[in-house]
Amino acid sequence: MKLSLNRNLVQRFGFSLITLMALMTVIPIIGVVIYILIQGGPAISWQFLSGFPHDGMRQGGIFPAIIGTFYLTLGTAIFSVPLGVAAAIYLAEYASENMATRLIRLAIINLAGIPSVVYGLFGLGLFVLFLRFGTSILSASLTLSIMTLPVIISTSEEALRAVPQSFRTVSISLGATRWQTIRRIVLPEALPGIITGVILGLERAAGETAPILFTGAAFFLPRLPGTPFDATMALPYHLFVISTQVPEMPFQIQYGTALVLIAFVLGMNLVATVIRSRARAKRQW
Amino acid sequence: MEKDLTWQEFIITRLIRAAGYSAILFVLLIFYFLMREGLPAVSEVPLTDLFAATRWYPIEDYFGILPLITGSLIVTIGAGLIAVPFGIATAVFISEIAPRWARDVLKPLVELLGGLPSVVLGFLGILVLSPYLRVLLNLPTGLTALAGSILLGGIAIPTIVSVAEDALDSVPRSYREGAWALGATRWQTIWRVTLPAARSGVLTAIMLGIGRAIGETMAVMMVTGNAPVLATGLGALLSPVRTMTATIAAEMGEVSNGSEHYHVLFLIGITLFLISLAVNITASAVVFQQRKRSERVLS
Amino acid sequence: MTNKIVVETLTLQYSDGAESLRNISMDIREHAITVLFGPAGGGKSSLLRCINRLNDLTEVRTLKGRILLDGENILDPKIDVIGLRRRVGMVFARPVVLPLTIRGNLTYGLEVMGEKRKSKLDEAVERSLKQAALWDEVNDRLNDPAIALSGGQQQRLCLARSLALEPEVILLDEPTSGLDPISTGKVEASLQELKKHYTIVLVPHSVQQAARTADFAAFFLQGELVEYSEGKGIFTTPKEKRTEDYVTGRFG
Repeated sequence: MKLSLNRNLVQRFGFSLITLMALMTVIPIIGVVIYILIQGGPAISWQFLSGFPHDGMRQGGIFPAIIGTFYLTLGTAIFSVPLGVAAAIYLAEYASENMATRLIRLAIINLAGIPSVVYGLFGLGLFVLFLRFGTSILSASLTLSIMTLPVIISTSEEALRAVPQSFRTVSISLGATRWQTIRRIVLPEALPGIITGVILGLERAAGETAPILFTGAAFFLPRLPGTPFDATMALPYHLFVISTQVPEMPFQIQYGTALVLIAFVLGMNLVATVIRSRARAKRQW
Repeated sequence: MEKDLTWQEFIITRLIRAAGYSAILFVLLIFYFLMREGLPAVSEVPLTDLFAATRWYPIEDYFGILPLITGSLIVTIGAGLIAVPFGIATAVFISEIAPRWARDVLKPLVELLGGLPSVVLGFLGILVLSPYLRVLLNLPTGLTALAGSILLGGIAIPTIVSVAEDALDSVPRSYREGAWALGATRWQTIWRVTLPAARSGVLTAIMLGIGRAIGETMAVMMVTGNAPVLATGLGALLSPVRTMTATIAAEMGEVSNGSEHYHVLFLIGITLFLISLAVNITASAVVFQQRKRSERVLS
Repeated sequence: MTNKIVVETLTLQYSDGAESLRNISMDIREHAITVLFGPAGGGKSSLLRCINRLNDLTEVRTLKGRILLDGENILDPKIDVIGLRRRVGMVFARPVVLPLTIRGNLTYGLEVMGEKRKSKLDEAVERSLKQAALWDEVNDRLNDPAIALSGGQQQRLCLARSLALEPEVILLDEPTSGLDPISTGKVEASLQELKKHYTIVLVPHSVQQAARTADFAAFFLQGELVEYSEGKGIFTTPKEKRTEDYVTGRFG
C-alpha cells in the first residue's frame, strides 16, 4: 500500500514538474508574438509599408527593406531549389549505399551545422571578392542558397522516400525508365512535401542577417536596387541596425519593423502548413 | 522518338548526379576559401599571441582569441543548462504526457519559435530582457552572458524539442506496454524505458541544439555586451562577454581587406567551422553506433 | 505447341545470402497457363522477377544460367530491357494502382513509350478493359481516380494495365491473394480466356487455385524444382514424396 502511494506521488510530482517546464517554455513564445503585435501594431500603416525611410530611419517607411527581403528570398529560391531538389532526387532515387553516398550525407550534415556568420565570411571570400560580384543581391543570394541547401535536400529527400516503393516497381514493370518513373509518378506525388520543405528553408533564409552582412546588405539606399549587382536593404538587417546603431530611434518603428519581419516569416510558415495538411488529405496512398 | 528520350534522360541523369555530389563540393569550397583568407594570419601573428594571449584589442594589435573562445563557451554552456532540461521536458511532455489536442497546439507553437529570426530575439533581448535582468539581479548592465544564454537557450530549444520528440515518438508502443504490464507507473516507464530507448535520438537532438547555439551570431551580438574579456568562472555569466561569432560580425565591416585583423577574423571563422565539423561528426557517429547496435540486437 | 520460354540451369542468389533458385531448368509452353506452386520461400516469385528482369532493381549476388524468350537469352546484359518488360507483363500480389485516373493507369505504359495519338490510346483502353472483364463496370468513369475502385476491380485494372501493352507473356504473382471469392473467380475466368492469345505464368496463392487453373504445373521447394507435369496429374498422383506431402497438406 505505502509503496504504491509513494510511486503515485512521485508520478504526480514529476508530471507537474514536466508540465510546468513545458509551459514555461511555450508561454513565452506566445507572449513574444503578442507583445510585438501590441507594441508594433500601431506603427503599421500604408505609409509605413510603402514609404521610404527619412531622417536617418527615424521616420517614414520600410518599403525598400521589404522589397529587398523579397528579392533576396527570390534569389535564394532560384539557386537553391533546382540544385537542392535535384540532389535530393539523386539521394532518394539513384544513389546506392556506398562510401561516396555516405560522404555526401556527411557533407550535407556539415553544411547544415556551419554557423551563419561563417557563411557570411565564405560569401565574402568567394562571391564578393574572388568572383568580383561585389556587395550585391547576387552575392547575398548565392551565399544564402548554399546555406539553405541542406534543409531543402533533407526535406525533399524525405518527401521522395515517402512515396511508396510499389509505385516505382509497377512503373518499371510497365517499361518505364527510372527518370520517367520519377518525372511522372514520384515527383508529382512528393511535390507537396518538397514545396513545404522549400518554403520552410526560404523562410529561414529570409530571416537571416549574418550571411548578408558583408555580402549584400546596405544600411541606407536612396533608390531601390535595379540589378542583381546592386546592394539592397533587407528587413533583418534593418531591424538590427535601427535597434543597435541609431540613437533616439522611436520604439514604435522598431517594433513595427520587427512585426513586419515576423509576419513575413510566419506567413510563409502558415502557407507551408496549409499545403502540408491539404496534401495529406488528398493523398492517394 | 525513343532515341530522343534516352539522350535526354542521359543528360538529366548526369545533372542529377552532379547535383548530389555538389554538397561535397560546397563543403570543400567553404573550407578552401576560409583557409585562403585565414591562414595568412598564422604567419602574420605568432601562434602564442593568438591562442595563449588574453587580450583581444585589434586596434593595438592584440589578437588573443582566448577571451572570445571563453566567451562563446560560457554563453553556450549557459544556453545548454537552460535549453537541455527545458527542451527535453517539453519533448517528454508533448510526446508522453500531453493529451492529443494539446499536442496539436504545442508542436506548431514550438516550430513557430524555431522560425523566429534570431535578430528579432536579439532585438527583444535589448529592449526587454536585459533591462529586466539589470533590475532583477541588480547589475550595472543587463547586457551580459546570461542574457545571451537565455536567448540562445530559446533558439536551441525548438531544435531539441522537435528532434527529441520525434525520437520519443518512434519508440515502439510495445516497449511502453511491456513496462505497464509489469506494473510500472507511466512516470517510471518514461524514465526507465522510453527515454533510454530513444537515447540516440535525444543525444542527437541535444548536440544539434548546442550546435545551433554555438553558431548563433545576431542574438548574442546584440545582448552580450561585446566586451572581449576573459571569462573566469561562472560569475562571468553576469558580466559582458564577446563570442567568436559576434566578433566576426561586429568587426568585419570595419576591417580593411588583407590586413592582419582581416586574416585573424577569417581564422576565427576556421575555428568555428572546425568546431561545428567536430560536433556534427560526433553526432552522426553516435547515431551510426546506436543503429549498428540495434541492428545486431534485432537481427 | 511450342515453348515460349525456356529456363536453362538458372541459379540466383541475393546479396543477403538467401539462396533463391538452384539450378532450375524448365519449359514454359505458349498459349497455356503454367503454374508455379509451393510453400513460401520456394523461389517462385524470384523466377517470375527474372523473366521480366525486375530483379535488376534488387541487390543480386549471383545469377547464372539462361532464360530464352523465343530463343533469345533475356539475361544477356545487351538486351533491350525496356522492350522486354513490354513483352512480358506482370501483375503483383497486392493491387497497386498508380496515383492516376483509371484511364491514366491504362495508358501509362503506352505514353511512356511515346505514344501520343488519342485514338490509339482509347482503343487500347477499351480493348484491355474488355479482356480483363472490367469494361462494363468502369467505362462511364474512366477519368475517376483509380484508387476509388474496389480491391477486386483494382486488381483487374492491373491486369488490364499489362494487357494494354499487348504483351506476349503475362506473369501473375499471387494475383488473387487479397480478393474475395467472386473477384477471384472473375480473374481465373479471364485467365482461361487470355491463355488463347498469351502465355501465362501464374504463382497461385493456394494449391486449390493451382489445381483449378493449371495446364502445366511445377512444384518448387526451397529454390529447387522438385516436380513438373503436364495437366493436373501432379495434384492427384504426384511422383515425388515431397510433392505429395505438400499437396495433401502435410506441410505448408
